[in-house]
Amino acid sequence: MSGTLGIVHVFPTLMGTYGDGGNVTVLQDRARRRGIEVDAVTVGPDEAIPALGDLYIVGGGEDHGQIAAARRIRAQGSLAQAADAGATVFAVCAGLQVIGVDFEVEGGAIEPGAGIVDLITRRREPRAVGEVLADPMPRLGLPRLSGYENHGGGTRLGPGTEPLARVVAGIGNGSGGERGDGTEGAIAGHILGTYLHGPVLARNPALADLLLSWAIGRELAPLDAPYVAELRAEREAYVASGKLSASAADPR
Amino acid sequence: MTRRKLPGSRSPSVGHGQDQDAAIAVDDAGPHHPPRLTLRSRLAVAVGHAVAAASRATGRGRGQVVGGRAMLRLSPGILAELARDKRIVLVSATNGKSTTTRFVAEAMRVEGAVAHNRTGANMAPGVAAALAAARRAPAATLEVDEAHLPGLLASTRARVVVLMNLSRDQLDRGAEVKRLAVRWRIMLEQADWPLTVIGNADDPLVAWACSAARTVQWVGAGQWWREDSALCPACSHTLDRDGKDWRCPGCGLRRPPPQWRTEGTVIVPPGGEPLPTHLRLPGRINVGNAAMAAAAVGVWGIPPATAIAAFEQVEDVDGRYVEAVADGRRVRLLLGKNPASWTELIDIVATSGHRLVIAINSRGADGRDPSWLWDVPFERLTGREVWATGERRFDLAVRLSTAGLAVLGVTDDPLAAVARTAGDEAVDVVANYTAFQALRARVAP
Repeated sequence: MSGTLGIVHVFPTLMGTYGDGGNVTVLQDRARRRGIEVDAVTVGPDEAIPALGDLYIVGGGEDHGQIAAARRIRAQGSLAQAADAGATVFAVCAGLQVIGVDFEVEGGAIEPGAGIVDLITRRREPRAVGEVLADPMPRLGLPRLSGYENHGGGTRLGPGTEPLARVVAGIGNGSGGERGDGTEGAIAGHILGTYLHGPVLARNPALADLLLSWAIGRELAPLDAPYVAELRAEREAYVASGKLSASAADPR
Repeated sequence: MTRRKLPGSRSPSVGHGQDQDAAIAVDDAGPHHPPRLTLRSRLAVAVGHAVAAASRATGRGRGQVVGGRAMLRLSPGILAELARDKRIVLVSATNGKSTTTRFVAEAMRVEGAVAHNRTGANMAPGVAAALAAARRAPAATLEVDEAHLPGLLASTRARVVVLMNLSRDQLDRGAEVKRLAVRWRIMLEQADWPLTVIGNADDPLVAWACSAARTVQWVGAGQWWREDSALCPACSHTLDRDGKDWRCPGCGLRRPPPQWRTEGTVIVPPGGEPLPTHLRLPGRINVGNAAMAAAAVGVWGIPPATAIAAFEQVEDVDGRYVEAVADGRRVRLLLGKNPASWTELIDIVATSGHRLVIAINSRGADGRDPSWLWDVPFERLTGREVWATGERRFDLAVRLSTAGLAVLGVTDDPLAAVARTAGDEAVDVVANYTAFQALRARVAP
């Protein structure tokens, strides 16, 4: 990284349905509060993804936005180039599916992904919806992840890809049966994907800091995160209380 | 515009019938002869009313949903029976359903009684309860949940349906925005009775869905949230935008020229004089809602000026916008339930300068995932003092403090926060759906 941290928000108008833009807000906030200069670029649907960013964010979205985004990312090639060159890539939900090898869309067609990380996604039934708690791989030194998942895809990791975390509550990657295989998310080098919304970096500032440290190439000083401890405790208590299954049609 | 006299249309104010379910707006039960019901449905109505009354008596709620559910269980075909021979307007959208439905009801009441699900129970049970409660009403205006519209349109065979906007809301229910538009489009293709669609030309998803209908009146009602319509709903090409105008360079889909337009607070009806409006409800979004409602009642021959005069009488919609008193403090209740509705509210809140309390829940009717708070441009309120309240107060506090608002406190109960705000001027309380319902029940207007 050269002085300024270049954050590239990839196609949020195509993939940003679930508040995932908040991840970019949190990353910028935590970088700036540490005195790190940030140059954040939002890539519009007809714009080119710059190849020289330090940290790329790909959010979640609906099928038709996801397909459009995958085709653009593949055709442009710059995101894969940046990842090869060591840039940090952070992808959420449909974004995780898009940076993989391929994914199945509604109707059964298989759409090629960007091929940046070795994973594939097939549709799963039932849809995985609800709170998630997951313990990150110990080597990452991260506290428990807290988030909310909402996806109809089951993602299987290839041999070169490590899970981000082990599911404690919820489904996570969700391949291999209704309850999934117990893995959540994916890591390969500085490429990190997760199914968690929340937005995940708002609920897990330590994960935001890990991404920032990868992108700027050094450790970061600790930084407070107002109300996050209370939020995380409240969500843990909610999960512990067993109210996990959301009913589709509560009486009004 | 020619004034059509429709079967069942009578002059108003000839005697008042009394319906059993007083909790539902029987705006004016006129002398209309209700359709005869099958014996099964008559029993269902009686049982439904009894169940609703029991629910109210035991303080469990307003009773429409449980009562309606009982009716549907005993007589699954009852909706079609109750709807027969009524002039029915259905209204659906992500935002503005209740307000627009209320506008339509106020204008149609000029001609007689109107069945109206004014408490917002907008799935089949609530619709059944509203129709059963005003059996004699020659007309009905009903707000309908977006996902439940295809079924309810088919069973009521409404003559007019008002389709306003689609954007992200309650995503945990699996109702992706594009999928709703597809379902609306199929619904309109399949409608095989004389149906007039009042469609918002400014929302590409809605306009695409409506373009499958045989008869559409287009209204330029505005679109304040565009993040869910970057792509052409027909071919997924990126849409070109220029102000309100939009078109697809890929397949040629474009904004239909609207017959009804809005300019500021002025509504311009087709071929008519521009009509200034003086709505009591704030915000430009309500001018768009009024234009949609005026177009809807125009189908029944009610002149635009008459309709607008009726809309101007509306002060609040089931507690929304109402100024009330809570523990001696004046509060104004505002409903902010998703990014699109908040985008409009930010303007209202930013200019009011009132003290601000926000309440966010995440029950089924709210959507279980409040991640959408990060789609709301709270940065436009940077520096404002605010209380974060409701069941998801900590999610809210994280969001607001990151946006640079000064979070004065975090507490479960929004009225406890109101009580602790300094000064004696009004407090704006913005709440999402169930938080709002709880507040509305507690404050005295």
